[in-house]
Amino acid sequence: MSASQASAVMGEPVGTPQYNETVVRCFTVATMFWGVTAFTVGVFIALQLAFPLLNFDVSFLSFGRLRPLHTSAAIFAFGGNALLATSLHVVQRTCRTPLYGGPEVAMFLFWGYQLFIVMAALGYVTGITQGKEYAEPEWYVDLWLTLVWVVYLIVFLGTIMRRKEPHIYVANWFYLAFIVTVAMLHVVNNISMPVSFFGAKSYSLFSGVQDALTQWWYGHNAVGFFLTAGFLGMMYYIIPKQAQRPVYSYRLSIVHFWSLIFLYIWAGPHHLHYTALPEWAQTLGMVFSVMLWMPSWGGMINGIMTLSGAWEKLRTDPVLRFMVTAVAFYGMSTFEGPLMSVRAVNSLSHYTDWTIGHVHSGALGWVALISFGAVYYLVPVLWNRDRLYSIKLVAWHYWISTIGIILYITSMWVSGILQGLMWRSYDDLGFLQYSFVETVAAMHPFYVIRAIGGVFFLLGSLIMVYNLIRTIQGHTREEGAVTRFGVAPAAAE
Amino acid sequence: MSLIKHKFVETNISLMTVLVLVTVAIGGIVELVPLFTIESTIEKVRGVRPYSPLELAGRNIYIREGCYNCHSQMVRPFRDEVERYGHYSIAAESMYDHPFQWGSKRTGPDLARVGGKYSNDWHDLHLKNPRAVVPESIMPGYPFLAESDLDVADIADHLKALTYVGVPYSEEMIAAAHDDLVAQADPDGDWDAVQERYPGAVVGDFDGDPTRLTEMDALIAYLQMLGTLVDFSQYDADALRQ
Repeated sequence: MSASQASAVMGEPVGTPQYNETVVRCFTVATMFWGVTAFTVGVFIALQLAFPLLNFDVSFLSFGRLRPLHTSAAIFAFGGNALLATSLHVVQRTCRTPLYGGPEVAMFLFWGYQLFIVMAALGYVTGITQGKEYAEPEWYVDLWLTLVWVVYLIVFLGTIMRRKEPHIYVANWFYLAFIVTVAMLHVVNNISMPVSFFGAKSYSLFSGVQDALTQWWYGHNAVGFFLTAGFLGMMYYIIPKQAQRPVYSYRLSIVHFWSLIFLYIWAGPHHLHYTALPEWAQTLGMVFSVMLWMPSWGGMINGIMTLSGAWEKLRTDPVLRFMVTAVAFYGMSTFEGPLMSVRAVNSLSHYTDWTIGHVHSGALGWVALISFGAVYYLVPVLWNRDRLYSIKLVAWHYWISTIGIILYITSMWVSGILQGLMWRSYDDLGFLQYSFVETVAAMHPFYVIRAIGGVFFLLGSLIMVYNLIRTIQGHTREEGAVTRFGVAPAAAE
Repeated sequence: MSLIKHKFVETNISLMTVLVLVTVAIGGIVELVPLFTIESTIEKVRGVRPYSPLELAGRNIYIREGCYNCHSQMVRPFRDEVERYGHYSIAAESMYDHPFQWGSKRTGPDLARVGGKYSNDWHDLHLKNPRAVVPESIMPGYPFLAESDLDVADIADHLKALTYVGVPYSEEMIAAAHDDLVAQADPDGDWDAVQERYPGAVVGDFDGDPTRLTEMDALIAYLQMLGTLVDFSQYDADALRQ
């Protein structure tokens, strides 16, 4: 890392420019709001799977309509707002210049993005959907998001172009790859023919096998670029900041950045093993998914080893603990992913809850925990507070959400593998041993445990929101010698 | 990759943006383009046809209610799946599916070959209250489908939109779309033309209420044709191999 980069990360720059912090504050509050929304809907649909009466025979409360609401709220509303908040914060600070386009464009970005979320959500509950996972919004919402996204790209690039630093800091490479790639994926996967100009319904340009691969090229890279590259950008800024250490390896950043973005895009076909997709495409998807393990762990090592020589901070700073645990979950799910992409494993895991568990070890363990870390970092900075209202509540949040995640993913491992094995089980006479509905009934206890895990996670997030509201109000809870970086070292002894 | 040269990239945002775009474009181009150009991607089989207007309306309800969140439509070539569901799915069977509905999760069973397995009455009861016929089921109930009149006014526009994305509906099919839709749900009607235009289309009063054309009629009509179009007794495995 060059000296100038180091200064941009390590200390507050000299002669601070007039950063646009209003828009970052807005996105930060929206992150909290949509986070709680997404977790609440998640808990509700988890309970529906355990207790189907909760569908109430009402169209807008049925699982089929609420599940997209949950996934979109988690990915695009919670995750998206966290990415917008941090990217707009990071790009200003590391380039030492205010946002390009000024406050009006920034506010358009904020309200434009919220409008996208609300339009998509209203569509889901009223039955307006394209029927493609994670790309459910219909054509008019897609067009609106495209406009907002182009503005986002212009603001981001424009800010980097006006930077006062010669180098572009590594976090911005990841944010850039995220913005550019999501634009490409979104536009291609959503090409469709509306039935009429004033109607919501459209038919996708692609069909059948081509539509399937286009969709999973999109779907897997929504994971790869929205939920990975973007959040790695977040990691590359907040971990060095909170740990007050430089990034572990500059060389590793370069190698894992380029290899990650090159390899990720190939991995989509592993969602279509043993389907009618030609085998050559499945094999390509599998091989690249396994290769992807290496750059993923490159990022994990770079994040965790940033604490090299400062491990004791994990004991005193629960905010840093969130960030590092997030990276550890990232390492775990990026090992599990390549494993599940191997065809033999996938033949068992596909169509089962194992996939759901895998997704949530990434979404709760990595995306949400790193976002919580980022929000805990950002709020005192943005509202000029010396520290958070309470460090102890952060620690409570940490343990409650971690227990929630563990309940969630372990129950889904068991139910997924159990169901996969039951489906393929034969009796002594050579008949299928279980009817389908017997395998459904066997899932019940695990669905209850999963819902309890979800409740834990939701409770944790409510503790966070309370803590952050009190922080914003300027309150501090008397907890001894506490700073923004946790319990002060002297007091921790 | 020389690290000295990387300095050049990370001090030049235009260059970096272009390099990122090129890097992320390669994989998609290599995997997606051949799917559209290699002819053997979709098998040559007889029987696959565009959806009849009533089936299409039913399919749109299937999508609207998010059935794909819990039901796949893709039987994999495994012994247990073939015994449980029927012949494994082939690409040709979903060639007119805009969008595809292969799904990714089986909270409920696969539906690729559900057509003809249960009676219309069973589907009607099951959709209204799944636990009335399958006590352990965790599926939501859809009684409101039987209460909602099917919106048929713009069905011809739907067929027309599909022709723009490559579904071979003829002028005649589009012109007759509304009549065909109504006729397929009326066993006493004149449905010869429907079956001529859409071979294998199942005719019936699907929801048991002959006085109304409901969303339930359309959804059951769709479910009853799923996986029935190709006669697999005509093909051996080698003929279907990619």
